[in-house]
Amino acid sequence: MKQPTEALLRVDSISKSFAGIQALQQVSLDLYPGKVTAILGENGAGKSTLMKIISGVYADYQGRLFYAGEPVTFTDPKSAQDRGISMIHQELNLIPQLCIRENVFLGREPRTSLGFLDVKMMREQCQALLERVGLALDPDTPVEQLKVGQQQLVEIAKALSLDSQVLIMDEPTSAISENEVAVLFHIIRTLKKEGKAIAYISHKLDELFEIADNYVVLRDGKLIETGALKDTSSDALIRKMVGRELQLHRNDRSSVSSDCLLQVRDLALTDPNREQRYLLKAIDFDLFKGEVLGLFGLMGAGRTELLEALFGLRPGQVEGSIALGGRKGPFRRPKEAMQAGLGLVPEDRKQEGLVLGMDIAQNTSLAVLDELVSGGWIQEGKEAQLAEKYRRELQIKTTGIRQRVENLSGGNQQKVVLAKWLATKPKVLLLDEPTRGIDIPAKNEIYKLIRNLATEGLGLLVVSSELPEILAVADRVLVLSEGRLTATIPIDESTSEDRILTAAIPKKHPSP
Amino acid sequence: MTALKIPTHQLSRFQSLIALFILCLVLSILSDRFLTTANAWNVMRQVSVNICLSVGMTLVILTAGIDLSVGSILALCGAVTASLLKNGLAFESLNLFVGFAPLGAVMVGLALGVGLGWFNGWTITRFSVPPFVATLAMLTIARGLTMLWTGGFPINGLGEQFAFLGTGWFLGIPMPVWITAVIVAWAVLLTNKTRFGRYVYAIGGNERAARLSGIAINKVKMSVYALAGGLAAVGGILVTSRLDSAQPNAGISYELDAIAAVVIGGTSLSGGKGSILGAVLGGVIIGVLNNGLVLLNVSPFWQQVVKGLVILLAVMIDKANTRK
Repeated sequence: MKQPTEALLRVDSISKSFAGIQALQQVSLDLYPGKVTAILGENGAGKSTLMKIISGVYADYQGRLFYAGEPVTFTDPKSAQDRGISMIHQELNLIPQLCIRENVFLGREPRTSLGFLDVKMMREQCQALLERVGLALDPDTPVEQLKVGQQQLVEIAKALSLDSQVLIMDEPTSAISENEVAVLFHIIRTLKKEGKAIAYISHKLDELFEIADNYVVLRDGKLIETGALKDTSSDALIRKMVGRELQLHRNDRSSVSSDCLLQVRDLALTDPNREQRYLLKAIDFDLFKGEVLGLFGLMGAGRTELLEALFGLRPGQVEGSIALGGRKGPFRRPKEAMQAGLGLVPEDRKQEGLVLGMDIAQNTSLAVLDELVSGGWIQEGKEAQLAEKYRRELQIKTTGIRQRVENLSGGNQQKVVLAKWLATKPKVLLLDEPTRGIDIPAKNEIYKLIRNLATEGLGLLVVSSELPEILAVADRVLVLSEGRLTATIPIDESTSEDRILTAAIPKKHPSP
Repeated sequence: MTALKIPTHQLSRFQSLIALFILCLVLSILSDRFLTTANAWNVMRQVSVNICLSVGMTLVILTAGIDLSVGSILALCGAVTASLLKNGLAFESLNLFVGFAPLGAVMVGLALGVGLGWFNGWTITRFSVPPFVATLAMLTIARGLTMLWTGGFPINGLGEQFAFLGTGWFLGIPMPVWITAVIVAWAVLLTNKTRFGRYVYAIGGNERAARLSGIAINKVKMSVYALAGGLAAVGGILVTSRLDSAQPNAGISYELDAIAAVVIGGTSLSGGKGSILGAVLGGVIIGVLNNGLVLLNVSPFWQQVVKGLVILLAVMIDKANTRK
């Protein structure tokens, strides 16, 4: 491979192990100025470990790093930042109570000659940074008031403010909507022109082909291949990543029956902060037995809010009617929703789906303990049977049902969340971004599970911000835009992404 | 390498056991009075009250809460039990006098403890008062009520029947040890084998996930604080019975000893991780340490310093373990 310039950052046969497990083995790669290098690999391939070494998070490793030809060692992220290398982490590193400005300048606040914080300067610089990342927000807004996607953009603004020469982005688009992705890509292209070297980790191959120049494939801690993206194809890359052919399957869908399971009529959700304002309004839809109903919308469209309204998490704010399994909503508590036959696989499995310190069996049984107790005592045999059953059915890869869920990979964690909800024998399962942050083979497994559940007669409502995902699993898609349903589109081979996206993009003059 | 597979919470329990063993070994070498049956029962009687409180504290801390009020609740329940026993209850306007048998007085004392604990839980869940603040308020309230109830004077002379609870022996084992052992056994089963116990761990581990799983968070939390209050009352009754006197200043800073026992036992203050047996071990370690230092004629001022250092050391070792 011929490169026009010398590498800005060179990784020279780096190895790293954790408690005897080899996470990286003799990995070498180069990051060039003005180029985006895609780092590819399944979960557990060693991508994050490698990036953490480059950005100074891990200081103990074998091998060498060269920055602009000079050998460098970093003791912590700060020393890497000082050298011009910064990382945008997949899990957000912002302090929720502080405002955007305070977060952006954390640890390197400009001060006035008297030693006080130079708030005015920070505000001005921050405003400029926010404009660069396309966020129309006041720099003094507390971060906790921002949506996940907006927080991601603030992280990016922060990295920009460091004026780093080498930027590492770990799944920067996992939490942001498609129009924000466009903003991000615009920023990346500008950075490329400025001669920055960018390492870009993502599972979304389409994105990589759009934005990246070179690629590096890791598998099981080893470097498998490097090259230029223009000389390869998705299929070839996926083959390298997994060692076998794989893609997002379009599953056969013939399971939809005419029995309506969930009927939602004129549903509205009021804004708890502003009276007379609605987060959702005039939502009408039916979900049929055996149907997978996609729910697509851009960030802020009200997708998660709709699920929360259905599941009894917004008591007192919901108007309209919900009918499910002979029961009438709106439900006031998750328990009520569960009794009617609803289950919710939440967006953030670590924050909302799992008790990480508990084992697989304990997480699986958590929502159905009532059925596993006699006189208040947990029947451990029954619990183990239940967990074992779902471990087999969902093919959870584990050393056993007593393994703690914090030690599982993302895909397997998600399966445990699914197991928990399937154990409640729901009629309708609500899934919020069911494959967020998990690798392609695991995604395909989840899609297959979703289709199988539909075939077994469940109704599924799948929220996703990824159109290929909707196209891969759904029978129909509801499109939400600014709290209203703007389209219901049946999905078949001919359904175009454009049509769905058009319905999702807010119109110039939205109705209030 | 196989040794590394022991889960960290069990590892720390294992370490506490070793620490306790070494402590006993050293003390028995330094003092010939340490390793005697009489002294062993003495230690166990002394730690029984702290262990009662620690059991309740463990439940509270497992839900990621804290209960600072148990020392004051202990004093108030002890004082109320003692005064009912000694003076009964007179309603002058109704011209009514109610006398109390020991059992009745004890039941009222326990009910009062549960009630005060429930009140803690109610303010915490219903009004979202942080547990630290809610129970700090109760610490002051219950102490003040104790002073009002007793007028600041001890209540002495409570009768032999009542004294049996704190000083008596049954089948060759002191009564407070029996009572505490039963409570510990019950709490171990509660935390490990029941739905309630599972919910306690789930709430402390991830409250939002627990809520989404349909668990009635508030009910569980209120129960936990009510239990902590009830166990503080048990402690109050034991202390009062052993001294044959309800002291208005009883139980001052006992909440800190209970927290220390829980923490030494490897329970995480952020909730979701820990065990009753850990707290029991922690309580015993503190008790043995106190006892040993007394036997060695170490000044009580130094005892406090040593206790503090032990707490620090225990948590430092625990953190070092979990970091790996």
